[in-house]
Amino acid sequence: MSVDAATVKKIARLARIRITDDEVAGYESELNAMLGFVEQLNEVDVDGVEPMTSVTPMVLRRREDVVTDGGYPEKIVANAPLSEDNFFMVPKVVE
Amino acid sequence: MTIIDTRTPHRKSFIAGATGDWEIIIGMEVHAQVTSESKLFSGSSTEFGRPANSNVSFVDAAMPGMLPVINEECVRQAVRTGLGLKAQINKRSIFDRKNYFYPDLPQGYQISQYLDPIVGEGRVLLDMGEETIEIGIERLHLEQDAGKSIHDQHPNMSFVDLNRSGVALMEIVSKPDLRSADEAKAYLSKLRTILRYLGTCDGNMEQGSMRADVNVSVRRPGGAFGTRCEIKNVNSVRFAGQAIEYEARRQIDILEDGGTIDQETRLFDPKLGETRSMRSKEEAHDYRYFPDPDLLPLEFDDAFIAKLAEGLPELPDEKKARFIAEYGVTAYDAMVLTLDRAGADFYEAMAKGRDGKLAANWFINEFSARLNKEGMDVTQSPVSAEQLGGIVDLIGKGDISGKIGKDLFEIVWAEGGDPAEIVEARGMKQVTDLGAIETVVDEIIAANPDQVAKVKDKPSMIGWFVGQVMKASGGKANPQAVNEILKSKLGI
Repeated sequence: MSVDAATVKKIARLARIRITDDEVAGYESELNAMLGFVEQLNEVDVDGVEPMTSVTPMVLRRREDVVTDGGYPEKIVANAPLSEDNFFMVPKVVE
Repeated sequence: MTIIDTRTPHRKSFIAGATGDWEIIIGMEVHAQVTSESKLFSGSSTEFGRPANSNVSFVDAAMPGMLPVINEECVRQAVRTGLGLKAQINKRSIFDRKNYFYPDLPQGYQISQYLDPIVGEGRVLLDMGEETIEIGIERLHLEQDAGKSIHDQHPNMSFVDLNRSGVALMEIVSKPDLRSADEAKAYLSKLRTILRYLGTCDGNMEQGSMRADVNVSVRRPGGAFGTRCEIKNVNSVRFAGQAIEYEARRQIDILEDGGTIDQETRLFDPKLGETRSMRSKEEAHDYRYFPDPDLLPLEFDDAFIAKLAEGLPELPDEKKARFIAEYGVTAYDAMVLTLDRAGADFYEAMAKGRDGKLAANWFINEFSARLNKEGMDVTQSPVSAEQLGGIVDLIGKGDISGKIGKDLFEIVWAEGGDPAEIVEARGMKQVTDLGAIETVVDEIIAANPDQVAKVKDKPSMIGWFVGQVMKASGGKANPQAVNEILKSKLGI
């Protein structure tokens, strides 16, 4: 598996990372080097082996259904560049 | 996914085009908000209509370093729903990140389930007139809701409220088994009924607790499936029907003009009754799902499922079958009676030990109609099940006629009281004393010699006499007895 210049641009766009055309070739070779390294893992036969989700035998922690948090809208919007009445304000997003 | 066609093409659901018949293929993704106190992965409240960002924790706002911890009740609710949909429950499921950027999604991804959902294949039965059809459920998974953007508060800014961010949703995906707008509407209604019976979602579409994405394609009857379009966020049963009919017609027109359908996301505009393309959603479809490293697989055992199954209420299909068997009501009446749980409970309380059919007639034709007129639901009724049952008793015994029963119902509705006592106190009892009726009949005959002469030639005029006798008796004479006595006295 390898990526081409168009794929690099698409991935960058999906991740909202701006890259210039000059940078594309560099990322392309870096990504392909990483993919090549990971590719080696494909040589291992993992038929019938469950994907490992944790290195220690743990179970998913669960919470009771009670309200224990929230109620501090000022803190939530404290770092917002713009806010009004505890709403976040963002450039208009509507069709 | 290989699509298996489970339905036999049926002429009555075909749509006529200029070049022949077409068949609509519909599948639905319904987002149902899980009924819970707190959110799926945080301890903030799910209460509706609170001030902006007041039901938000740092987890919901995706502040750095915050970690999700799953709400056990949301898991139970999803399993209950799965059981209600007669579906396979997966004892091990996995949470994945669905990546996309939008201002109302602070994490930059939605925690959802992709390849390993909590609930697998199930089914929903729909009553379509005489026929019962089975609609397959593909899966149900748990996921987070996003926040809400408001666009009309400012000329060039949108306002974002994260109160809904992180609230648990169940996405219930049907198989593409629906074949008409009517079936799609019936499916949504039935699903809502089931969720409300289970108490796992309030089903309130106006408040957005239940929303549907509708996938529509058309094909030649029985032919290969066509390209589908997805209509997003339809928020009422009626709109779903309108959106499907518009969209099917649009696709047929394009195909008959020799065009092709682009697979795309569309939006239904209720004001115009049209769907239109949502171009911006196109590139967002590359979600790059991967297992959420913050969450271990969700696992539980058979005992966990069994305990939830034990606590399940009787569901609409079972209740309907029982009502038919126990109360002798028709399949249609049983369906109407079981539309909501409170209504079914009310009916049952009034029908117990009485004539079930008569009780059903009264419940549906008088009581429900009156509630609808007042915009009330059954829990707000001023008339109790015992009172309505009392009225049914009086009619059943022949103490009052059906017509007087309606007057009595109005009195009980407005003033309350015990129906039997009211009938006694106000002299509403039906006169079945034949002697008394005969006296009235004799008086009427004596007073109207002209009419008596006419009725000999025209027997249908007896209706006029019945009317007079009923009027003279204040509506209390037993109509059957009146008819018989009149016939014998008039010699017709």
